[in-house]
Amino acid sequence: MDGITEKKLSFGELGLSFVLALIAVGAIFVAAKAWTPEFAFHAYLFAAAAIAGVFAIGNNYFARPAHTPQEIDGKPNYNFGPVKFATLAALFWGIAGFTVGLYIALELSWPLFNLDLPWTSFGRLRPLHTSAVIFAFGGNVLLATSFYVVQRTCRVRLAGDLAPWFVVLGYNFFIVIAGTGYLLGITQGKEYAEPEWYSDSWLTIVWVTYLLVFLGTLWKRKEPHIYVANWFYLAFIVTVAVLHLGNNAAIPVSIFSSKSYIVWSGVQDAMIQWWYGHNAVGFFLTAGFLAIVYYFIPKRAERPVYSYRLSIIHFWALIFMYIWAGPHHLHYTALPDWAQTLGMTFSIMLWMPSWGGMINGLMTLSGAWDKLRTDPVLRMMVVSVAFYGMATFEGPMMSIKSVNSLSHYTDWGIGHVHSGALGWVAYVSFGAIYCLVPWLWNKREVYSLKLVNWHFWVSTIGIVFYISAMWVAGIMQGLMWRAYTALGFLEYSFVETSEAMHPMYIIRALGGGMFLIGAIIMVYNIYMTIRSPEPAAVGNRAALVPGE
Amino acid sequence: MTHPTSHSPSLWQRHQIFEKNSIILVIGILIAISIGGLVEVLPLFYLKSTIEQVDGIRPLTPLELTGRNIYVREGCYNCHSQMIRPLRDEVERYGHYSLAAESMYDHPFQWGSKRTGPDLARVGGKYSDDWHRDHLRNPRSVVPASIMPGYPWLEQNLVDMSHIGDNMAVLAVEGVPYTAEMIKSAVSDAKTQGSADDAATAAFTKRYPKAISRDLGGNVGRLTEADALIAYLQLLGTQVDFKLYDDKANIR
Repeated sequence: MDGITEKKLSFGELGLSFVLALIAVGAIFVAAKAWTPEFAFHAYLFAAAAIAGVFAIGNNYFARPAHTPQEIDGKPNYNFGPVKFATLAALFWGIAGFTVGLYIALELSWPLFNLDLPWTSFGRLRPLHTSAVIFAFGGNVLLATSFYVVQRTCRVRLAGDLAPWFVVLGYNFFIVIAGTGYLLGITQGKEYAEPEWYSDSWLTIVWVTYLLVFLGTLWKRKEPHIYVANWFYLAFIVTVAVLHLGNNAAIPVSIFSSKSYIVWSGVQDAMIQWWYGHNAVGFFLTAGFLAIVYYFIPKRAERPVYSYRLSIIHFWALIFMYIWAGPHHLHYTALPDWAQTLGMTFSIMLWMPSWGGMINGLMTLSGAWDKLRTDPVLRMMVVSVAFYGMATFEGPMMSIKSVNSLSHYTDWGIGHVHSGALGWVAYVSFGAIYCLVPWLWNKREVYSLKLVNWHFWVSTIGIVFYISAMWVAGIMQGLMWRAYTALGFLEYSFVETSEAMHPMYIIRALGGGMFLIGAIIMVYNIYMTIRSPEPAAVGNRAALVPGE
Repeated sequence: MTHPTSHSPSLWQRHQIFEKNSIILVIGILIAISIGGLVEVLPLFYLKSTIEQVDGIRPLTPLELTGRNIYVREGCYNCHSQMIRPLRDEVERYGHYSLAAESMYDHPFQWGSKRTGPDLARVGGKYSDDWHRDHLRNPRSVVPASIMPGYPWLEQNLVDMSHIGDNMAVLAVEGVPYTAEMIKSAVSDAKTQGSADDAATAAFTKRYPKAISRDLGGNVGRLTEADALIAYLQLLGTQVDFKLYDDKANIR
């Protein structure tokens, strides 16, 4: 190469600008002919986002050097911009999702909170809550950590220049479309898969790009081995793609309508929905976050992963068995018994690989247990693994048909989900964010470990309130539904069982409120960390673990 | 597969092929995650025993379909199941346990997963239209301890029937037995179902056996979203005559 390279628009910049321009024109056309104002609004959002994308590419072109080096002074020139964006987005959506969760908890306690308005009624806000916490908060944590971990463990810069940005921005745009859609009544009516056909199509494009960026980075790695965390990220990305395509197969009524009809119906749709739904738990909320465990806990504890062989066994066992577990959501329904029995059997067996992961995570602390006393960040992550162990015991137990006949349709399920979601997924995410922010913004440590400690205790007490209230509510309601009088009549009308939930619903809202307060403490702490002028001292980074 | 000679690589060494080759790892993942899904999903499409043989199941009328779309839009499935399990208390509380056949035309299914409110699989015919109207407007006016949200906007919004035929056409492609005639007369059928003593009632009931036409305001052009939703709710669980249905014939 000559000393001076002439700056030219790359093929990616030209191509993506062209595609975005086409999307903008197409979206304006659709908006003009849309059947409903809600759909027109979404089409305009697409147009605005596409135009903003073209401007962003232009701005980036003028700001960027002619050639982005892969390495600087022999060290990889890591691309942390998209990682930073996704980290901050996770904080934003986390607060938003927890707040909506608290609000709908209050609606269940006092129905006047529904305000008699369509946009604030429980049926529309509940999907907003679940999607905001799972896909917006959890999804951005996974994007941020996977893009960080794959670069560090491969010792190369992320593949692509625009592609990683397209993934994080495109994914967050998907969330905006999905979330505003719920409020406006645009939904497929499938739990955890509510977004309509056009949001789903957009997500497919983003997700395939995500897979390519991840694989592309693996392809140019400088390490002979693919680190174990990346196996889990890869399983998460690949499987979520398969699930998303299978469960959302739909035919739109028109290109000018937000409405589509799922091609599956009745019992087959039910099976496919819970094949998707349970593996959204298994791959989005488990495999992806186990990857976080495999990178961030060894890093923070400065200890190698406990057992390499255990990680191999539990990786394959986990991904093989999880797929079978879906029918436990359909016990005693019109799904044929053979499918229910298969689902129950594999759900019980799933206990073992789950605990394999828990053991590998916890035992990584061998020789470093004392750090739990002094390092609240590590404590948060270790407690998350303990919650993982608890939830993955409770899950197999609830999948036993006789237990399920009591627990299904009750708040026990809600409690179970939240011990996993708050205790496991959110806690390991918080731990990863507390690690990641100082690394990304080049600081020695988070602003205040004391505040991390406050966050930990306030939200832990909140979780205990939440899940205890839901255990009591669920078991009580399940027992009341099946209670008989001495004369052989059903003892309680439905609304009496509903009334009995009231005190538990208030305690649940209190627990959720404390969890939200904890998260707000975290956001303040992160804000102060990023703002703090103190840079990291050279060479303070934790030692690399074997396999990196 | 392996001979315990000192030269053959151990299983752990063999695993390195996944650790050193991302495409082989992806293929391995795809195989591992495909098996369970294929085994559990595919047979449901060809095993005859999956859906019971039963008389009386017809596709939704245009008005009922419109109501169902409102049910989906408002997220009713978040709190109400449509799936009665074959357990003593459920059968006594809600009626005969649900059959797979009863939701065979449901795109998507709405079995639900949580009962913050009661099951609705057989709510049809249990309450009057007027009760439903009051209940949707303000649930606490008829059930004082209810925690259900009010849906007062449903009786203010007129139903949009302009595209109901397009909706039915898509469902027909997906296997719901809507005929060309049903699709063509969709708008007038909705009006007929919402009117009392409409001249076209006979033709309408021929297309949709046992569908009930009644005065919901169709004759004066005032069919609201509440009317459509009520028409749907009143149908739920009423299509199969369980006096004639033989449980034993369909034990799977």
